Amino acid sequence: MEGANAKAHTLRSRILETEAQLKRLKEELAQVEVSGKAHTGHDSSAKENPVAQGTGQKWPLSAEEYKRYGRQMIVPSIGILGQLRLKSSSVLIIGAGGLGCPAAAYIAGAGVGKIGLVDGDTVEVSNLHRQILHSTCTVGMRKVDSAICFLKSINPNATYVAHPWHISPENAQEIVGGYDLVLDCTDNPASRYLISDACVLLSKILISASALRTDGQLIVLNSPPLPPGNVAGGPCYRCVFPKPPPAESVLTCGEGGILGPVVGVMGVLQAVETIEIIVQGKITPPDSTQIVASPTNMVLYSALGTPPFRSVRLRPRRPDCFACSPDATLRLESLKGGSLDYALFCGLMPAVNILRPDERIEARDYAQIQKNGDMHLLVDVREKVQFDICHIEGSINVPFSTFKGGNQESRIHKPDWLPQSLPPEAPIYLVCRLGNDSQVVARILKDAGLTSGGARWIGDIKDGLKAWKDQVDGHWPEY
Amino acid sequence: MAAEEIIPVVVEFTGGLEMLFADQRKHTLAVPAKDEEGKPVTVGWLVNYLCEKVMKDSRKEMFVLDGHVRPGILVLINDADWELEGEASYALQPKDNILFVSTLHGG
Repeated sequence: MEGANAKAHTLRSRILETEAQLKRLKEELAQVEVSGKAHTGHDSSAKENPVAQGTGQKWPLSAEEYKRYGRQMIVPSIGILGQLRLKSSSVLIIGAGGLGCPAAAYIAGAGVGKIGLVDGDTVEVSNLHRQILHSTCTVGMRKVDSAICFLKSINPNATYVAHPWHISPENAQEIVGGYDLVLDCTDNPASRYLISDACVLLSKILISASALRTDGQLIVLNSPPLPPGNVAGGPCYRCVFPKPPPAESVLTCGEGGILGPVVGVMGVLQAVETIEIIVQGKITPPDSTQIVASPTNMVLYSALGTPPFRSVRLRPRRPDCFACSPDATLRLESLKGGSLDYALFCGLMPAVNILRPDERIEARDYAQIQKNGDMHLLVDVREKVQFDICHIEGSINVPFSTFKGGNQESRIHKPDWLPQSLPPEAPIYLVCRLGNDSQVVARILKDAGLTSGGARWIGDIKDGLKAWKDQVDGHWPEY
Repeated sequence: MAAEEIIPVVVEFTGGLEMLFADQRKHTLAVPAKDEEGKPVTVGWLVNYLCEKVMKDSRKEMFVLDGHVRPGILVLINDADWELEGEASYALQPKDNILFVSTLHGG
């Protein structure tokens, strides 16, 4: 297995290299053809005119760059000055996923001089519907490598820097310090607080976006990027969200789902903000005396909303902010010294451990009960949308949310889903995706007195449908 | 005693909070102009009202925690952070739009 993985990895790398080489050859050919024509047509003038030769001696950009960026340079708000600012700037993109991929593609295309990518993950096939820099043939590669390979094919002029690890309090200063502007394209509260703190301490503007299901949010933080204590600076993430949300209220894309183009829209909006900020010369903090305070906005995008976009006005810097107020105690040393535990601050999700071992059953043991034809009921507590994708034959669907939502009383005490024909001693098995929600529901049903005075066993399938795939049905469609 | 005055307001939920309110993003409500003590109703009063009268979900702690709107939810009064408007003490005006936004973290 190990050997096969290594071989697959080598082959993928070689395919990428060969593809890149093919692109280079095509570009070279195109250049030869273009210059060939120039020579036959305007032989003498080409030699006298440095623009035609593209020597770059007389002009600040190369001939190729004038062509490449021409469509954007003639936009009045960009111009040659804007293009030169883009070329001399550096942008750090933290997270090469659903936000980072589209953001990086446009930022690279626009001609930003140096682009850094931070991500410790490898490409998975479940990423591909939204993480557009990765492809089926780069599954298993480090995301930063897969992304940079694609970015080079979009624009080989930029310098790309791979940081193939996750951002941490220990490495944040070194990584963030090397760039003019930062994009938060991560997927969890702990990294959002950390990145914001690093940007405050190092005076970088932070373009932060997030998305889930059909919604997205965008905020430009710490803009203008004035030092902590200067009230004219833009608010930081802690000013807007001084306390992290309870861990159980935070959903990842893997749990809640995400529509590819929704997170794509948010990543593209981050690229738009990046280009605007650089072109307007805002990456360096202005002279404090000349600041015209403009309110910070949050853009809300709701694919199902009417209207889909909405902009709301946020508060300025918080006078008692932990990170950016005059009384802030946050220091670079405390960040690097590891005295701040962001994971702990945001709360760890406790492992769900509600049922006793004798209230749980292995998937393979349940399969045997089903095979024997023993009278029982299997209740799948995933949401209907997931049940519709796949379910164990004979199971019924009573979603977890119905035990928590509207008419829960009747769902629990007079359960309309409980078949009349089920004998009072027939056991009830609960199942879900991973074996967490099933425990919660098993406990609710037992507490509600569905055990027929102890005659009925109620419990769950340990580790849920994941175990069903591992132990019983290898063809189970894991999603 | 004057007839009970009613204030029409629009309450909206986004970022997943709508799931706690029967998957309905926009609620057009008519709330009494005065609370039990005869004082003008505030956004703080509205939060309690939503929790007790409108929300059917049992997970109250996903909306209100320790007597406050839970961390990670922004409250916007007519598209401005409620901290710019006096937070919970803001007195509701007819046709106000109160938006509750749960922060997202996916990316």
